[in-house]
Amino acid sequence: MPPSEHELRLRERLGRLRNLPLLGGARLSGELERLQRQIERIGEESTDEEIWRKVELARHDDRPYTLDYVERMLDDWFELHGDRALGDDGAMIAGLGKLDGRTIVLVGQQKGRDIHERAGRRFGMPNPEGYRKAMHAMELADRHRLPVVTLVDTPGAYPGVVAEQHGQGAAIAQSQATMARLTVPIVACVIGEGGSGGAIAIALADRVLMQENAIYSVISPEGCAAILWRDAGQAKKAAAAFRPDAVHCLELGVIDEIVSEPVGGAHIDPDMAARQLGQALRESLAELDGIPRDDLRRRRRARFRSLGVFA
Amino acid sequence: MAKIDVSVETDDQPSPPPSHPNTCPTCHSHYRDDELERSLWVCEQCGHHFPMRARARIASLADPGSFTEEATELHSEDPLDFFDLRPYTERLAEAEMKTGLADAMVIGRAALEQRQCELAVMDFAFMGGSMGSVVGEKFSRACDSAAEAGMPVVAVTSSGGARMQEGTLALMQLPKTVAAVEDLHDAGQALLCVMAHPTTGGVLASFATLGDVLLAEPNALMSFAGPRVVQEITREKLPDDFGRAEQNLRYGHIDAIVSRPELRPTLARLLRLFDAPQ
Repeated sequence: MPPSEHELRLRERLGRLRNLPLLGGARLSGELERLQRQIERIGEESTDEEIWRKVELARHDDRPYTLDYVERMLDDWFELHGDRALGDDGAMIAGLGKLDGRTIVLVGQQKGRDIHERAGRRFGMPNPEGYRKAMHAMELADRHRLPVVTLVDTPGAYPGVVAEQHGQGAAIAQSQATMARLTVPIVACVIGEGGSGGAIAIALADRVLMQENAIYSVISPEGCAAILWRDAGQAKKAAAAFRPDAVHCLELGVIDEIVSEPVGGAHIDPDMAARQLGQALRESLAELDGIPRDDLRRRRRARFRSLGVFA
Repeated sequence: MAKIDVSVETDDQPSPPPSHPNTCPTCHSHYRDDELERSLWVCEQCGHHFPMRARARIASLADPGSFTEEATELHSEDPLDFFDLRPYTERLAEAEMKTGLADAMVIGRAALEQRQCELAVMDFAFMGGSMGSVVGEKFSRACDSAAEAGMPVVAVTSSGGARMQEGTLALMQLPKTVAAVEDLHDAGQALLCVMAHPTTGGVLASFATLGDVLLAEPNALMSFAGPRVVQEITREKLPDDFGRAEQNLRYGHIDAIVSRPELRPTLARLLRLFDAPQ
């Protein structure tokens, strides 16, 4: 297979960095190493079986959720509740915390552990109130020049009667528009299921990361199978066709970096997974430091406006 | 989570035989093509709005001879070598043959009652008006073209959502079109959106609801999730006008419902209000 355009771009960036060994010092060599790692990953073409394995891992019952990472990565966590209009959506978490001594705003979907919590958090499927809570927190970050970290983990936005009456589509659009307007650094990481509009609503970021066993897709494998194969049982085939795994997302340029997980998946060793995620977030935030506010926003919009393949 | 409502009726009735596309599904009046063309594809008996193709829509809105199409060369690629029951490339070729369009959106410069604007019109007949890379790029270019020329964008949407066959790249057209709207707004220009039946999924959840003024056609379905999905997942009983334009107006999500014969004068008035160039 010929190298993809994104791989070529990565290689080019790598080449440029190699020629500038004296600028930037340690941070630069760190980036060099990371770029090299990302290129190696593109080489590892996953098979259909491996893609389905990732779908299963991304949805694993014991997989760490947003609050599991918050607990392990952040100090002085203070959760913000409510959208200031209608309600407090348990499927979306927002709050302030310190990452390495630096105050950040963190936003992310939250699934539940036991049956009661799952029901209360609607399996991580936010209502419009959840997206409005996220917007409120991100605007707070912008006012106080705090970087934003978002953790994406949702099967999708909640498809309910009341959700529609409260403007689900518009809430998802407005949340993206809010992110396109922020002038503070934003790093997003898909930590489990990156399900469609419900996911992208909080993922219009300067850097988009993805854990190696996460998935990011336009529709669930079951939904795709039900529509195109007219049989939800063909989910495995559907997943193989639209390739929601991290390696393919990196190849398409949808994400910038894959974050390693412990061998066997994040649920095997959540502490280790949190250290790896925290490290990746810190590196990405450091890369964005010092970029003028207007440039940051311009580049963020340009990044997303360049996505697409056409002739 | 979801209440289990045993009273929900299951839909296992055999579906009625498919009716002719020119037969009104509401009052069963039947029309010839030329009759529907004259009435802007609106049923003269009951006011039902038939689906309207992109070219017919443009002809109904633009001053005669004023439309100049842009980005005609853009065609979809198949980045995933997508294959379900049939290859994506085959579906694309078939849609192109059927509709005479390169993809599900047509963009270009036009005048409405002598006011200049950039039109971006979707066509549901092309793969359900689904948004893939080409639709995203065309909308994005329409915004840039309008920003540069200092005029508003008028978008007419009709879409089932993001195009599954382009995978995650199709999802990326949501933030892409959102970023394009933000750039348009920063350039001081307005976006006027008209949502035609149906405007759902990824198009509703991106540029369609970010317009400065939001209009909808009567009875247009405008929901993020389709009624069937909502019914299946929640087992809730759906209200009769679930997700329809009328419900959206009542809940405060749109500014007005405008019937097709009123659309051109309404848009022209808005273009005058936003000081679109003559």
